[in-house]
Amino acid sequence: MRLALDIITVVLVSAGGFFFLAGTIGLLRFPDTLTRLHALTKVDNLGLGLIVFGLLPQVESRIDALKLISIWLLVQMSGAIVSQLIAEATRRSGRQT
Amino acid sequence: MTIANFLLAAAAFVLVMVAIGLARILYGPADVDRILSVQLLGSGGVAVLLLLSVAVTLPPIMDVALMLGLLATFVSVAFLRKATDSSTASDRATENQ
Repeated sequence: MRLALDIITVVLVSAGGFFFLAGTIGLLRFPDTLTRLHALTKVDNLGLGLIVFGLLPQVESRIDALKLISIWLLVQMSGAIVSQLIAEATRRSGRQT
Repeated sequence: MTIANFLLAAAAFVLVMVAIGLARILYGPADVDRILSVQLLGSGGVAVLLLLSVAVTLPPIMDVALMLGLLATFVSVAFLRKATDSSTASDRATENQ
């Protein structure tokens, strides 16, 4: 049982780490602001989400697990708001560099 | 290799990815691109702190992650509101001419 939970953690956290890798490469290599925003939202939603779900089997108390999920939801909402604002600012500046 | 060591290694990996992503602040070219990089630092920092918190079984670090997630949102929202406000002001100025 312990081993199964550990394997779930290793798989999910590794997948989250992979999304951080992909997001960083995207942020550095993509040609304009909107495509970079696309890479960044993958990190915000999937990278952090997979890491949080990978950590869930490792926490002892139920309150801590709830806190992990709340933090993820907070960052999720923040990412949704900020990506809309960034897209709006890009559109207004009229420059797609 | 224990699960705590794996989580510490994952935290270090995410930290390195975020640090590489910060190069976008140097290269810009628009201010919006720099904010993208700061947003990556925000969500990456939350991921690192959560991984550390579970790895060393120190639950209070989760509260630090919560605060970091909250403040990263405020930074981006404050900056982008200012950016969009000034661009609308210049739009109005050009319309009046």
